[in-house]
Formats: sequence, structure tokens, C-alpha cells
Amino acid sequence: MTLTFAFDAILALALVAVAAWTTAARDMFAAVAGSVAFGLLMALVWVRLAAPDVALTEAAIGSGVTGGLLIAVGARLRRNGASPGAEPPGAILRCTAAVVCGLVTVGLGAIVLLSPEPAPTLAPLAARHLPQTGLGNPVTAVLMAYRAIDTLLEVVVLLLALVGVWSLAPDRYWGGRPGMQQHEDPNGVLAFFARLLPPIGIIVAIHLFWVGSVAPGGEFQSATVVGAMWLLAMIAGLVDLPPIDRPGVRLGLVVGPVVFIVIGLAGTALAGAFLAYPPGHAKLLILVIEIPVTLSIAATLGLLVVGPPQRMPPG
Amino acid sequence: MANFLLAAAVVVLTTVALGMIRVLRGPGAADRIMAAQLLGTGGIAVLLLLARAIPMPGVVDVALVLGLLAAFVSVAFVKAVGGPAPGDAERAGGE
Amino acid sequence: MSFIRDGLTIGAVAVGAFFFLAGMVGLLRFPDTLSRLHALSKADNLGLGLIVFGLLFQEDELFPALKLVGVWLLALLAGAIVAQLIARAAIRDRPSA
Repeated sequence: MTLTFAFDAILALALVAVAAWTTAARDMFAAVAGSVAFGLLMALVWVRLAAPDVALTEAAIGSGVTGGLLIAVGARLRRNGASPGAEPPGAILRCTAAVVCGLVTVGLGAIVLLSPEPAPTLAPLAARHLPQTGLGNPVTAVLMAYRAIDTLLEVVVLLLALVGVWSLAPDRYWGGRPGMQQHEDPNGVLAFFARLLPPIGIIVAIHLFWVGSVAPGGEFQSATVVGAMWLLAMIAGLVDLPPIDRPGVRLGLVVGPVVFIVIGLAGTALAGAFLAYPPGHAKLLILVIEIPVTLSIAATLGLLVVGPPQRMPPG
Repeated sequence: MANFLLAAAVVVLTTVALGMIRVLRGPGAADRIMAAQLLGTGGIAVLLLLARAIPMPGVVDVALVLGLLAAFVSVAFVKAVGGPAPGDAERAGGE
Repeated sequence: MSFIRDGLTIGAVAVGAFFFLAGMVGLLRFPDTLSRLHALSKADNLGLGLIVFGLLFQEDELFPALKLVGVWLLALLAGAIVAQLIARAAIRDRPSA
């Protein structure tokens, strides 16, 4: 038994155990802790599968921001008096869920185990055209050059999700500030942390953004780190969220997708297809797209976690 | 050397996986947060060992992001379960 | 020379892994929240610190070595803050002082 096999076996066992326990947990915060732990273990799995870009995204979004979102939702539910798990789902629902999950598992296992050796892949094609994009990281090339339309749609979907969350606000709060006012001691431990960590986080985010063109990284991971730092400052009461009808907020959220679409349309005129880049300018255009998109995604993720407006609009 | 580092990674991973038992059992929310924190730090250690044992670009960056986001999630947890202003118990008039 | 480097790495990483083990045992076996927190912070600081220290000897360039140290400092900071916050929450929730 080699060491790598031992490592992978322990990782796989721990993963299944944490997943099973999280599904069976009774207390909601216990389940959220379990799902955060699951995300961390998944990041290790992605590294073992030689996908550090996915590991970055899993650690940042799958574990970090989603964990924050679940915690925020749980806290709000508890504050409003709803008790999660008060009505356990019926037997039919649980059986259906078990059957569907089982089918998905069997299907995925069949795909992985029965796929022909070597598995069909476009990787050599992607690698062959990499120099034309001016990038050194094939994952970034796929996200921003070969399949830029998918990335554009993802960004728009995030924005639509935020609009959906905002639409849950009662009418009288529309246009107000999201979340509740945080009361924290400005000289306390939490405030100290929230002053110290965000600058470090922003430096790390800039590093991830810049290195994403040649190494694992990129705008999504960078934006997630920035969003998490903003949320930390908000949790500690250092900054308060702006009212959502302020034009600056809306501009910040929208500038990313708009720039993306504008450059895409320009590509129609200059290079023959939507989101095609004129030869030689690909890297520059990708950079011009990535900067506003990072800003928009950071703002969108932060506002998604905080939720719908809960305070009266000013004035 | 690579084999030794890999063995160390296996040890730390097993340690952390067993520490998850505290997430299961831990009678309070604080215990679960602590177990998740151990997983975060252990995950960072495992990643750094793997980065040297099986060279791959970007693994140290994953450890960096893991550290940042684990800190964020822990703070969010403590804020959510701790009630009002968990960060300044000294000023709460003495406990 | 490389023998000394490798020896230092092996020594430091081994002791670091031991501290992780000790931290886990403490987390599982100590009777109450605060003493478990004590065990956890040993694993955080010493375990990770010694592992990073050992790995530093394997680095040839400055920037990757600095990044390793940076990761450890970040974990140190986050661990210290979270330990403080957890401890205060645990004290407040304790039924008797």
C-alpha cells in the first residue's frame, strides 16, 4: 500500500463520514459546521486530483462564502422565531430524496468507471491554442477566451440571484440598508481583527488576480476573498452597508457584466463573433474585462450573504 | 524526502479527521467551531506538505485562501451563536 | 550540506506532526471547552509553525519561503483571534463561573 493510496483512502473515508453525519445532524449550526468541514476536505480532494484552480474556488466559495451565507440565514431564522427542523419531512419525501441521490451517485460512478481509457478530452486542443490567447494558465484561457460566454452568463446569474434575494424584502424596506445594525465594541477583539485582516486579504486577492493569467487563480477567487473581507468588516461593525437604492451600489454591481457585454459586442464588430477577441489584443481585453467583473462579483457575493434590506430607507 | 513529507501529511490528515469526532460530539457550538478551526489549520499543514511532496503550482495559494476564509467562517460562527457583541465580554459588566 | 537541511526538515516536521497529534488528543479527551481550546491552540501555533519551519529548509528561492512564513503568520493571527472569541463565548455560556 503506497503512501498516496493511504492518503487518498483516509481522505475519501473522512469525506463520506462527514457527509453522512452532516445529512443526519439535528442541530442546524452543527450541520453548517459539517458542510464547511466538507468543503475544506473537498478542497484537499481537488488538489489531489491536480485541479488547484478548483481547489481555490472550493475553499473560497464552496466552503467560505457559502458557509457564511448558511450561518447568516440560520441566524435570521432563529431570530425570527422559526425553528429549523420543527416539522421533519415526511417518509415519502425522504425516500424520494434517497432514491434520487442514489441514482445520481450510481450514474456518476458509472461515468467515471466506465469511461474509455484515455477519457475523451479537449485538453490538447486547448493547450495548442494557448499562445494565441497570451495566457499561461489553460483554466483561465477556457474561462475567459474559449468559453467566455459561460463566464458572462455566470456573472449575470449571480446578479439575478441578488435581485431575487432583494425581492424578498417587505415593501416598506425597499431601498433601505441590508442586514441589521451591528453593535460591536470598537476597541474589542473583533474590531481589531477586522482592521488587521482585510488589508492582508486585499493583498492576497490582488496576488490571486494577477497570477491567475499564468498560475492557478483568477478573478472569481480574488473577488470572493475581497467579498469575505468586506463581510468581515461589516460583521465587526466597522462599515455599514449602503442603502440599496444608492446609484453607486447599483453601478458597482452592474459595471462588470456591462463591460463584459460591451466588449463582447465589440468583438462582433471587430473579430467576427460575440466575445471574439481581435488577434494580439486578447490578453489586454481579458484584463479590461476582469477588473470590473472582480469588483462586481465581490459586491454581489457580499450583498448576497447579507440578504434583503431590513431597515427603513433613509429620508 | 518526498515520501517522508507524504507520510507526515497522512499523519496530520488522520489527526484532523479524528478531530472531526469533536464536531460530531461536542456538546456546545464552541466545540464544533474549534473542530472546524482544527480542520482549517490541519488542512493548511497538509496542503503545505503536499506542495513540497508532489510539486504542483498554486497549492500554497490554496493554503493561503483556506486560512483567510477559515478565519472568516469562524468569526461568522462565533458572531451567530455568541449572541450580542461576543467580542467584548470585558465590558459586559463582569461575568 | 543537503544532508543537514534534510535532517532539519525531517526533525521539525516530525515534531510539528506530533503537536498536531497532541492537539487532537486534547480536543477529544479534555473535559471542558476551555481546556480543549488550550489544546487546539497548541496544535495551531506549534504544529503548523514547526511544519512551516521544517519546510523552509527545502525552499531555494526567497519569495516562496516568504509565502510559507506568511501563511503561518496568517494562521497564527486567525487562531489567536478565534481562540479569544470562542473563549469569551464559552465563558458567557457557562452555567457557573
